[in-house]
Amino acid sequence: MKNFGFSSIKPRVIDYDKNNRTVLDYIMEHEPSFALCIGCGGCAATCSAARFTDMSLRKINILLKRGENDEVRRLINKCMLCGKCTLVCPRGVNTRNVIFLTQQAFKKLDNYAV
Amino acid sequence: MQFDPFVIPFNIGLYFIILYCVATCIVWFRDLSRTDKLRLQRGFFGRPFVWSIREIFMESLIHRKIIRINPVLGYMHMSLAFGWFLLIVLGTIEADIFGDSHLNPPYKAIFFRFFNPDHGAEGFARAYSFIMDLILAFILSGLMIAIIKRFWSRIVGMKKTTRLKTLDKIALTSLWLIFPSRLLAESLTCGAAGSGSFLTGSLGSFFAGFLPASQMAYPFWWLYSVSLAVFFILLPRTRYMHIPSELFLIFLRNSGVRTGDQHGSYTEAQVYSCSSCGICIDKCQLSSSAGINNIQSAYFVKGLKRNDDVYDISLNCLMCGRCETACPVGIELGALRMIQRRAGKAPEDMKMIWTGYMRERNQQISDKANNYIKAYKYLTSEIIDTSPDVLYFAGCMTHLIPGIASSMEKIFETAGVNYRFMDKDGSVCCGRPLMLAGKDREARELIQHNTSTIWSSGAKMLVTSCPICLRVFNESYHLDVEVLHHTQFISRMIGEERLDLKFLNQTVVYHDPCELGRGSGIYDEPRKVLYHIAKYQKTAFERENAPCCGGSLGNIRLDSRKKTIIASDALDDLTSSSPDYLITSCPLCKKTYGKVRKPDTPEILDIAEIVVRAISDSSRPEKLNNKKHQEEVIYLETK
Ligand code: SF4
Ligand code: SF4
Ligand code: SF4
Ligand code: SF4
Repeated sequence: MKNFGFSSIKPRVIDYDKNNRTVLDYIMEHEPSFALCIGCGGCAATCSAARFTDMSLRKINILLKRGENDEVRRLINKCMLCGKCTLVCPRGVNTRNVIFLTQQAFKKLDNYAV
Repeated sequence: MQFDPFVIPFNIGLYFIILYCVATCIVWFRDLSRTDKLRLQRGFFGRPFVWSIREIFMESLIHRKIIRINPVLGYMHMSLAFGWFLLIVLGTIEADIFGDSHLNPPYKAIFFRFFNPDHGAEGFARAYSFIMDLILAFILSGLMIAIIKRFWSRIVGMKKTTRLKTLDKIALTSLWLIFPSRLLAESLTCGAAGSGSFLTGSLGSFFAGFLPASQMAYPFWWLYSVSLAVFFILLPRTRYMHIPSELFLIFLRNSGVRTGDQHGSYTEAQVYSCSSCGICIDKCQLSSSAGINNIQSAYFVKGLKRNDDVYDISLNCLMCGRCETACPVGIELGALRMIQRRAGKAPEDMKMIWTGYMRERNQQISDKANNYIKAYKYLTSEIIDTSPDVLYFAGCMTHLIPGIASSMEKIFETAGVNYRFMDKDGSVCCGRPLMLAGKDREARELIQHNTSTIWSSGAKMLVTSCPICLRVFNESYHLDVEVLHHTQFISRMIGEERLDLKFLNQTVVYHDPCELGRGSGIYDEPRKVLYHIAKYQKTAFERENAPCCGGSLGNIRLDSRKKTIIASDALDDLTSSSPDYLITSCPLCKKTYGKVRKPDTPEILDIAEIVVRAISDSSRPEKLNNKKHQEEVIYLETK
């Protein structure tokens, strides 16, 4: 069947009961400016790492808020912490610290508890 | 043998502190690395020893640097340190000349007046007591300032003074008591004996007029001895440990020992040498603009000393280096913070230095290194095969201000340079931002990647527009090419007359970026370029004194609201003379200032951008042609 260039998206549910929001809580506690993110994607558009890989900070932000941490874990260490995203963010989110804290949170999750 | 029981506390204190200092020096020496030990041994028999003596005299006694920064504060430190030193030296000589025997134990000099109440009645002895009184008055005047500073620090010209803990308070009180009690003890003794010079003598006869001076003197001699003893015994646990530590530190530094990338003897000696003078607090913009008052270097160092967890403090700092340049002791504050950032949070059980604190922390770092998984496997090696002479690395931040990169391209073309724009399609980060976040392992990967790209090009010179990149290229890359910042490059091109610039009739002020100025010591080249093309206006913030724009990548914690306050304060300061342009040479500074710019602030330009505006229409290639043409004309005419 011809699909006219479209592909259908698989149906999926975001189950907040199953998803793990500990990482999000950890970030919110230490970097409250994360709440200001509107998902505009400015950060992802300027990202140094995005030129080479599928790293997207906007995606990470959204996944973090949903608590879908597996994908975040895959992406987060690709960041070079260069700081461009922080400078372009129109909402003044300290994105560098968000990334830093996320990495820290995963490390803590691996060792003990957040 | 002259002796009295009241000298016992003093003797205990004195011998305790001497033993303690010697033991500490031995421990520190033992923990030095092999090369540093060799440096020290060589230094001891060579010139560094002489330099150290000179520096100890100038800095630990006279406190020249503090005097230059803040004369009142400097006078205070000088009167206490140098005055006390003179009192001891001259006191020892006095006891030797006028006492009943030669080569006396130290207490004889300290309590000389008690054992020789009649001394100093006439002639040389009288003049000598006059000098001793003068020194005592000198110390007391400094002490007065110290007391005033403690309660009203603004009078001394300091905005903040350091906070104290209980032991410090007791030590401080005993220090404060030493000289007044000496004054009273000597005065009363002199009053009873009718001796003494202008200070002790007149005060003594005044007291003797209505008090039983001879009975009252004795308790004050006890007080004097006890306060000395308390001060000496508490010394190792208080900030006054800086007095002996600094001597050792100066010698270490002069012998060529530097802060490495881990804690060790040298960092410990630095930490103990901090006098909590508070000069770094006044310099810190996080305190003066952003109202953050617990992260300044004085507190950071104090935290290190007490083995508090200072990880968060170490992260909340712009790494602007303003405190480090101002620190009169010369502590490498930036390097200490970097060590802490790398080491991470201290686990609960690492509390005391004597339970192997430093060593275990080092252990922790190497553990980290062993479980490392590569983070940037997605980077594939790039090869530059056009063999340019000059490689231009714009850097991430420059990509946010494309005007700088395009200006640089214009400059390269005008100067006729065979260059290649290494990161035209976006950079791989230089690695310094990761290092500033304490992630050296990750940074190494990027460094390796960039190094191989640079090597593959075979270029002889690497030019970058970003001072952050410049610093890491110079400090952490092992490149066999010359690394220049674009200010240096432009200045060189002007020197070689490869850029023909016209004079813009406009006034400029210049902002020294942290990483370029204090970080890399490049102050002259940008000024040379600016003198060439515009009217240079001096501000109150030249060179080392430049503010930080607040946007620094060094601070991962600072929120954007506070960054904005720092940036607008700095911008207001720099542009208070309303110049036509504010020039900087860091894309990050330009971006940060640009964000807080008000409609009436002057235009903010990178130095490359203003240079492009000054490139005259008859720039190099055409001019060459013109010259050739003229030569041909002349040639033909002479024919
Ligand atoms: S630029 Fe800022 S607001 Fe936009 S998605 Fe990124 S973090 Fe969120
Ligand atoms: S800091 Fe990380 S996420 Fe942000 S622009 Fe740089 S590489 Fe991308
Ligand atoms: S770090 Fe330096 S400037 Fe700061 S309090 Fe200590 S000695 Fe003074
Ligand atoms: S480096 Fe700068 S921001 Fe950090 S403590 Fe020193 S003066 Fe303050």
